[in-house]
Amino acid sequence: MDLSTEYLGLRLPHPLVPGAGPLSEDLDLVRRLEDAGAPAIVMSSLFEEQLVREQAAAWRQSDVNAHLSGEAASFFPDHAIPALGPEAYLDRIRRLKQAVRVPVIASLNGSSDGGWLACAKQIEEAGADALELNVYAVPVDPREDGAAIEERTLAMVRALKSELEIPLAVKLSPFYTAMAAFARRLDEAGADGLVLFNRVYQPEFDLDELEVRPALVLSNPSELPLRLRWVGLLSGRVRASLAVTGGVHDVLDVVRAVMAGAHAVQVVSALLMRGPEHLARLRMELAHWLEEHEYASLAQARGSLSAASCPDPEAYGRANYMLSLKSWRMPEGWR
Amino acid sequence: MAETQVLAGPPVESARTSRSIVVDANEAVARVAHRISEVIAIYPITPSSAMAELCDEWSAAGRTNLWGQVPDVIEMQSEGGAAGAVHGALQGGALATTFTASQGLLLMLPNMYKIAGELNAFCMHVAARALATNALSIFGDHSDVMACRGTGFALLCSGSPQEAQDLALVAHAATLRSRVPFLHFFDGFRTSHEERRVEPLADTDLAALVDEARLVEHRARRLTPDRPVLRGTAANPDTFFQTREASNLHYEACPGIVQAAMDELGARTGRRYRLCEYVGHPQAERVLVMMGSGAEVAHETVERLVARGEKVGLVKLRLYRPFPAEALLAALPAGARSIAVLDRTKEPGAFGEPLFLDVVAALAGSGRTMPRVIGGRYGLGSKEFSPAMVKAVLDELAAAAPRPRFTVGIVDDVTQLSLPVDPDFDLEDDARTRALFWGLGSDGTVSANKSTIKIIGAETDQDVQGYYVYDSKKSGAVTVSHLRFGPGPIRSSYQIGRASFVACHQFDLLGRYDVLAAADRGAKVLINAPYGPDAVWDRLPAATQRAVIERELELWVIDAHGIAREAGLGGRISAVMQMAFFAVSGALPRERALAAVLRSVEESYGKKGEEIVRRNREAVGRALEGLHRVTTAGRTLTGEPPVPPVPSHAPDFVRRVTAALMAGQGDLLPVSAFPVDGTWPTGTARWEKRNLAREIPAWDPAICIQCNKCAEMCPHAAIRAKLYPADALTGAPSTFLSQAWRGADHQGSQFTIQVAPEDCTGCGLCVAVCPAKDKGNPKHKAIDMALQAPRRDAERENYAFFLDLPEADRASVRLDTRGVQLLQPLFESSGACAGCGETPYLKLLSQLYGDRVIVANATGCSSIYGGNLPTTPWSTNSDGRGPAWSNSLFEDNAEFGLGLRLAADSLATRARALLAALAPRLPGGLVEALLAGDGGGEAAVAEQRQRVVALRGALAALKADAALGPDAARLDELADALVRKSVWIVGGDGWAYDIGFGGLDHVLSTGRQVKVLVLDTEVYSNTGGQASKATPLGAAAKFAAAGKELGKKDLGLMAMAYGHVYVARVAIGARDSQTLRAFQEADAFPGPALIIAYSPCIAHGYDLVHGAEQQKLVVESGMWPLYRFDPRRTRKGEPPLEIDSGPPRVRPQEYMRNEMRFRMVERRDPQRFARLTAAAEEFAARRLAVYAQLSAMKVPPFPAEAAARDAAAGEGPSPGSGAPAGEG
Repeated sequence: MDLSTEYLGLRLPHPLVPGAGPLSEDLDLVRRLEDAGAPAIVMSSLFEEQLVREQAAAWRQSDVNAHLSGEAASFFPDHAIPALGPEAYLDRIRRLKQAVRVPVIASLNGSSDGGWLACAKQIEEAGADALELNVYAVPVDPREDGAAIEERTLAMVRALKSELEIPLAVKLSPFYTAMAAFARRLDEAGADGLVLFNRVYQPEFDLDELEVRPALVLSNPSELPLRLRWVGLLSGRVRASLAVTGGVHDVLDVVRAVMAGAHAVQVVSALLMRGPEHLARLRMELAHWLEEHEYASLAQARGSLSAASCPDPEAYGRANYMLSLKSWRMPEGWR
Repeated sequence: MAETQVLAGPPVESARTSRSIVVDANEAVARVAHRISEVIAIYPITPSSAMAELCDEWSAAGRTNLWGQVPDVIEMQSEGGAAGAVHGALQGGALATTFTASQGLLLMLPNMYKIAGELNAFCMHVAARALATNALSIFGDHSDVMACRGTGFALLCSGSPQEAQDLALVAHAATLRSRVPFLHFFDGFRTSHEERRVEPLADTDLAALVDEARLVEHRARRLTPDRPVLRGTAANPDTFFQTREASNLHYEACPGIVQAAMDELGARTGRRYRLCEYVGHPQAERVLVMMGSGAEVAHETVERLVARGEKVGLVKLRLYRPFPAEALLAALPAGARSIAVLDRTKEPGAFGEPLFLDVVAALAGSGRTMPRVIGGRYGLGSKEFSPAMVKAVLDELAAAAPRPRFTVGIVDDVTQLSLPVDPDFDLEDDARTRALFWGLGSDGTVSANKSTIKIIGAETDQDVQGYYVYDSKKSGAVTVSHLRFGPGPIRSSYQIGRASFVACHQFDLLGRYDVLAAADRGAKVLINAPYGPDAVWDRLPAATQRAVIERELELWVIDAHGIAREAGLGGRISAVMQMAFFAVSGALPRERALAAVLRSVEESYGKKGEEIVRRNREAVGRALEGLHRVTTAGRTLTGEPPVPPVPSHAPDFVRRVTAALMAGQGDLLPVSAFPVDGTWPTGTARWEKRNLAREIPAWDPAICIQCNKCAEMCPHAAIRAKLYPADALTGAPSTFLSQAWRGADHQGSQFTIQVAPEDCTGCGLCVAVCPAKDKGNPKHKAIDMALQAPRRDAERENYAFFLDLPEADRASVRLDTRGVQLLQPLFESSGACAGCGETPYLKLLSQLYGDRVIVANATGCSSIYGGNLPTTPWSTNSDGRGPAWSNSLFEDNAEFGLGLRLAADSLATRARALLAALAPRLPGGLVEALLAGDGGGEAAVAEQRQRVVALRGALAALKADAALGPDAARLDELADALVRKSVWIVGGDGWAYDIGFGGLDHVLSTGRQVKVLVLDTEVYSNTGGQASKATPLGAAAKFAAAGKELGKKDLGLMAMAYGHVYVARVAIGARDSQTLRAFQEADAFPGPALIIAYSPCIAHGYDLVHGAEQQKLVVESGMWPLYRFDPRRTRKGEPPLEIDSGPPRVRPQEYMRNEMRFRMVERRDPQRFARLTAAAEEFAARRLAVYAQLSAMKVPPFPAEAAARDAAAGEGPSPGSGAPAGEG
């Protein structure tokens, strides 16, 4: 079965790509992913906050206490304070590139148009085959409207496209008023791929300490339909390649994502739960499913249930809501 | 005498070449020493530490010496160790060096005699510093070097950074040629830390002077089994004397060798030096003789006076040992009729100071007509030495009957030795910019000025000078930077007296100090203020306004804090103020200045990350927009009059002396104002209101659960808890807060948490540890930080009322973690860093035993914040009782504390003997009760004190008795000794693990009743973060920059090995109840006790507001297990060791990643970090396994010899008898 696909201009033997996550931080796990057939590796993100905050903190600690008293001009061996730029991340790219033969997609995570974007060029120079820009921000500032937020992201994409030779994917959260229009503008701005969607960590409430803190909860398949809808709507309408991420756990999830129009299907939580080898299983099952259902190739299935190709595109729109309501049945015993 | 030498010093000193650099003497010297050494053994001591650190840095970076080899830099456990190591290295044929100062140099003395006695070619460098005598002083004079006169070392002195570099080479070259070891020295701080333009020496210069053939000879003399010899014999009376004389020829040749090396250097560089150099009028009648940086001041002054036609001169002495009598006599003008020799040291009781005596002897032996020679002291402990003082000495020489011995620079109204100084005489050169900058240690003022002086050095041909004056506080230290630049050469090695520019980087300093005192007429003044150019005037103190008006100062203002905050730099205003300085002063054209400052920002911060560069660039850019000239024409005095530094109800001594020191007027106090023996009153810190905090805690009684954690963790006793009767609230200020005490005991009492608004440093620890949250709005806690300014007045009044409330009854307060915080702290408002992790332990100690404790304090952070003038934190209660505190040295603290114990025991024994003798005539029962002792516990102590009062009453009647009267009087005087005294020996890890370990070990072995508290910051904190043996595996520190490879020394386990020592390891932020219990058990333990206390420190590299949280993590990671080892448990058949923390629950990385000392290792080399953290985890596991076995091990009880001895001395309960308060 020909499972091959093209994502971000990269020719991949199949669409199942390990998405950005902690697996990429361990070289042994990455080698196991490659052994399991991973066609590419998306690295965990280099965070804007990490760069900026760590620099600020290190500067504070080393500089603020410098010349504090006549007895001590400093409290650290200044020469040994490392450069707090993206070097460690770049180094990881280099080591990953040495460790595996498949393409390495680096990931840059942030939301401002500050100096951190300069890291993109260094990422390219370090050998990354593509860059995933993870536009990760919860728009908490009540003074900033949606248009401004979108414009900022578009500016980031334009800036990166003008700098980079390697392809650029943009990973989005689902919270945009006009996703279709925004996707189109990203497409026009030159994005080579759209990755739908980021799973924004939701806050966790600690009732003992009366605190709220971000919590990492792994995905589950219930999160997939939102992705399917938007990939299905965008499939065929944008030049950029499309990737689904979030909620893909078993082979049917993969098939759905492909039929919605995904060029790549990113898997993270399922691999974290079941190990890198789960990827090989999914691939095998994908081939079997397509064979059983008499598909000639994966390409034949791709986008077959997108809004453009499915028999009833209305299901993607508002009508879907009405139908759902009608189809809803009260459980027994409820009145 | 050389006529050609008139008014000539070393030429070319100021001429800039493309190669010249701006460095201080420490760096200039290290650049030479590192290149001519193979082995560098060091130990940190101010002000020499930088030389060692630079060598370490360069070796770490792979920088090689002249022979292409990276010198091996090794940190030792003490200066004594460093001297031993270099001695061995020399005997092994290596080229070795070391750096030191003060008492550190004295620790090297035994080896120096050996090194010289064996004629080892060796050169060491000393940043000369005062010796600790009646007080410690980190500042400069020659008393340390003068203590080395007898060692056989050549002593070579430099007076400026350029000289220091050049003579460092001369010394290294001359020692190889002469075989006489050299001690090259220069004035601590004044020269070691003064930044100047220096023409660097090239490798070729070094190679030319270091004679390879002599190096081969040095190597050939090494100890090797291939050509064995024997050294270090023991000699008998038949030989020793002759052998001491056998090396004489080497000493005779030495001055000539030094001069030859100087001449070679001169031929290569144009900088010509003489052993003794004359400056002044060829027919001078009055001549000074001196050495060091003071000679530069005298040089400048003599030049000026000669230009006025005065026949005066100066002999600058460079080589002091072997004493170059011939060169001295040759340099002295033949017509010199009166000579003043100035010594920067004091030898109490001597007929004169050493240089004076040497000069007199040289003259006496010369056959010349003997001129009048007088001798004086100047500049002790970095006391200023100015041209006016030089002139005062020359004036004295012109007097009909000059004082034969004198001092200059102080007012000695006791022995009348001091010379009058004309305050109006100065040599400030109007052609130079003379800029003063007032700032805080934490605001970057010094860093900015160091950058500025380098920029001006690089961008112009001017000579430059930067000197920085610090006060002694660690939080909120005031710094004053003195920058001169202009036509050279600058010889003004003294502080700026008349400034053409004054900047005040912290607005509040205007109200506390006379910041504009030195502002010259028409000077430019730059003030950082949160007010605009129109509003600022009325906010200025009246004194500032007056100075501006009367001296027609040009006033500029900038809101640097606002700009820095907007640029994301927090309170770091350095870049803003630096740019503003350039703009106002016109030191460089604006555009060039801007470019240079931006370049400097790039160079300084580029390495640390683009974001920091970006923020600083932004701040620099905004500085020019935010800078405003203030219109001063027509202004009137509208500001506040000055507030006296201390209130009128302060004690007399505080008002007369302490207040003057606080105001920076200490130089004006006469000798009679001071104690003769270094004895000062305690409790003075309470009078120094420093108002450092922008935000201070605010208490909300509605939420408070009265746990008192805030008071417990406060490093400065600036937030306190009190329990008091409800009726004491009468007359409380309207904003004073109080609530009912929620305890089963003391029903009906009231409770208050009160902040000391002007003592708080704003660290925020109290808020971080507060567990009580508002249920409806959990970000609001029982303690929140709120702006200080609007609350200052009200809280000041509340705090005063709070202090006057009655203290809780010590005997009835439950001594748990909550209750102990109701006891009055007798350690308050120290100058420790904001968030200091050491001070909460000392405060706790003072609360528990403050009324009966004697503290022996090792030199280090705790002796600085504990005993540095002007104000000290150890205080007294309303009875006048409180901790008696003293610092002896760094290395001997355990022994010192033992001595205090022996004395207390001895006095108690004497008192008991007298009591027994007088028993028949004293009330029945009283004597028995007194002899039974207090048995421990607050109530018992109080009862014993009452018995002492009763005893005194009874003795009063007996004193009249003819037979018993004398003994009654003796007992009356000693009766207080019948109340148990606690002796606590306190110090840091540098003391306990390294330099003082031998003594500590011995003191523990004696079994005596001493309690040792080790404030373990895991690094040398006071001298700036050098690794100690307490530094944990994986941490980066100076001398362990890549991360320490080996585990922390287990001091506790070593002490446990004795079996008879109580040992505890504690971390108050992790488990305060365990800490408290350890203190109580240790104090009650009838023998020696050791508590090792985890102490967060700024050298760990994180915001100390998280100090308690980090303590929890370090304990939970297994890296700091908590335990108590109590030998008494063996008597009950139980294992002595009890582990108080559970098995590791978090990985060590989790606490390590939060601290820069570990994080920098990870960021530099993640694999190495991974390896080190794995090793740390294994280390912790191994140690825990050992502890686990020990904690299950039952051993037979230890013989209680020590305890029995103590019991016999009446000190405390016998083993196992008295459970400590809070136990069981």
